[in-house]
Amino acid sequence: MELLRIATAGSVDDGKSTLIGRLLFDSKAIEDDVLSAAESVSRRQSNEYLNLALLTDGLRAEREQGITIDVAYRYFGTAQRKFILADTPGHVQYTRNMVTGASTADVALIIVDARNGVVEQSLRHAVIAALLGIRHVVVCINKMDLVDFSEEVFATIKRQFETFLDDLKVDCAHFVPVSALIGDNVVEPSERMPWYTDGPLLRHLEQLEIGRTPADDALRLPVQYVIRPLKGEYHDYRGYAGSIRSGVVRVGQQIGILPQGKTSRITAIETPDGEADEAAWPTAVTVRIKDDIDISRGDLICAADGVPRVSKSFDATVCWMSESKDLTQGSMLRIKHTTRTGRAMITALHSRIDVATLSAETGCNALKLNEIGRVSIKTSLPIVYDDYTVNRVTGSFILIDEATNETVAAGMIGKPAFGNFDSED
Amino acid sequence: MSIQPVPTSSRTTRTELAELNALESESIHIIREVIAEFDRPALLFSGGKDSIVMLHLAIKAVRPAILPFPIVHIDTGHNFPEAIEYRDRTVEKLGIQLVVGSVQEALDTGRIAQSTDPGGSRNRLQTPVLLDVIRKNKFGAVFGGARRDEERARAKERVYSFRDEFGQWDPKNQRPEVWNLYNGFINSGQHIRVFPLSNWTELDIWRYIAAQKLEIPSIYFAHEREVFERDGMYMAVSPFLQPEPHETAQTMSVRFRTVGDMTSTAAVPSKAATIEEVVAEIGATRTSERGQSRADDRASEAAMEDRKREGYF
Repeated sequence: MELLRIATAGSVDDGKSTLIGRLLFDSKAIEDDVLSAAESVSRRQSNEYLNLALLTDGLRAEREQGITIDVAYRYFGTAQRKFILADTPGHVQYTRNMVTGASTADVALIIVDARNGVVEQSLRHAVIAALLGIRHVVVCINKMDLVDFSEEVFATIKRQFETFLDDLKVDCAHFVPVSALIGDNVVEPSERMPWYTDGPLLRHLEQLEIGRTPADDALRLPVQYVIRPLKGEYHDYRGYAGSIRSGVVRVGQQIGILPQGKTSRITAIETPDGEADEAAWPTAVTVRIKDDIDISRGDLICAADGVPRVSKSFDATVCWMSESKDLTQGSMLRIKHTTRTGRAMITALHSRIDVATLSAETGCNALKLNEIGRVSIKTSLPIVYDDYTVNRVTGSFILIDEATNETVAAGMIGKPAFGNFDSED
Repeated sequence: MSIQPVPTSSRTTRTELAELNALESESIHIIREVIAEFDRPALLFSGGKDSIVMLHLAIKAVRPAILPFPIVHIDTGHNFPEAIEYRDRTVEKLGIQLVVGSVQEALDTGRIAQSTDPGGSRNRLQTPVLLDVIRKNKFGAVFGGARRDEERARAKERVYSFRDEFGQWDPKNQRPEVWNLYNGFINSGQHIRVFPLSNWTELDIWRYIAAQKLEIPSIYFAHEREVFERDGMYMAVSPFLQPEPHETAQTMSVRFRTVGDMTSTAAVPSKAATIEEVVAEIGATRTSERGQSRADDRASEAAMEDRKREGYF
């Protein structure tokens, strides 16, 4: 099975880090010395159990406060597959770090405290996961030991969450009742929940089919830079270096070059392994083309059929991530989209998305930290894009504050897959 | 931090290769972003396995052009001679520029004071020297070979890790890093540490070295060496580190799992003499790389985080 990228999500104290610790511990992905270090700290803190969160909370401040502040990446494997796991924070304050961890994930692992059921933060994370185009959601209903392993509690929360995920148009949802603390249904099946027969969490993750990958989509190759070796034998060499962000490139293939609106043919492909006739997502390549066309960083090589759009204005959904400034109509920012960097102006703030009801609240004047909104953007340079729901690379961008250089927004071009945002047109 | 021993027989070589290819392309993408966006990048090179892989990837990223930036070595003066020899041979062979920051020189001129760390380790002394080199050469981006699986503070770090005028890392206030859109905007005097190997594990590095047939310093393979035991680790006897009267030196078959300063890098007992044997040994180990061989990480619960905050690698 192919590599699976997982991002965890859930409210604070739902036991995310403990669940990850349990997953790593029970799948024997923790080395002996790392484990004994955690055990001795746990003993010093007089914990009744080994504090599994000590295995993932890597910062001093996190261990002091017993919370996760920033995303931690873990790498582990079983005989079936290799995993990259982004353990993301639950606090509303750190939602932007959750966005960081989830932006590259295939699966969102949402943890819910069985005692509290679905809370606003679980919904917020589900919305962000859906916005980011994560098609697979696994909901772990945790702390089942504290609700007497009740099937009814599980069923109620599942029903509630399922309705919400349906509204979010997430079609691949899976629910597991777990106790991260004592290890039920994480790696080993639970003897205390015989009513649950779908198997433990790890087995589901091992068997999960990602489905469609970017290799199946149309060719998108943003040019990172032009290689012109200034040495004898390569006098006329002009190679366009970039990563294939979707699709396949072949020698002889007819390509489009945007925003120039020119066409040409691929004459040579250099991959990390040397010359090749063909290369596919996610390979970093250098291509050469038949015609002498002015191409530089920020331009896009694409399939001649099925070309993206080119425009200096578009609508998008943004997650606002600045603590110090709000997003308002008229905000001037830098934009980075594929390999192109320019300036952007927010020409309209249409609405703020209410994460509980998924409705668009119109008439708001500003987006604050961690709020999600619908905007119109005008850019200084033409942007070559697809809708985010079609292509996660050509549909995404970040906004950067010109004064502080901070990354202040994650943006997705076009409309979200869920909700009704027709009124803004 | 963690690699589970995976029986090699149960996974196809094709899957492993596809995984390595994906990691390779991701790293090349990151390196190319930096070359395109920064005027003065540099690559930290210690002669260790991670920096060897990183340099190899950088060369692939610009091929057939030559590397458009220098490599930087922070020389503690307590190096393994095999690593220095490897460094010099690499520079010569590739015709690339080498910038050396010398801890000894900084001690001699009084820029820094002699280490009071146990064993006279110069590990922490590298930080001010590194920051001086970055400032003096006005490097805007510095590639480092750190991996997130090495240590839990590193597991938290971004691919583009912003450093202020003092070279400090502020782990509580990192820039969000969404998708593969890296924000390299800085003001004068600031810089970005870039970690193209963030998503590689130790086992990935070894498999890649094997697949690409990369040459590595001989101390990574089993050899007879005089060592003594200290704090549960085997330290090499060297002009920089001698056993105390109560410690006994013995000659045994060892190899090094990491290559750093001779005073802080421990040897591991091993008979793995070929790259295939090393890959098998790493695949089966139950001890972490840094836990087994780096005395510098044992100082405290947050030794790595504290050093990184100050501007360490």
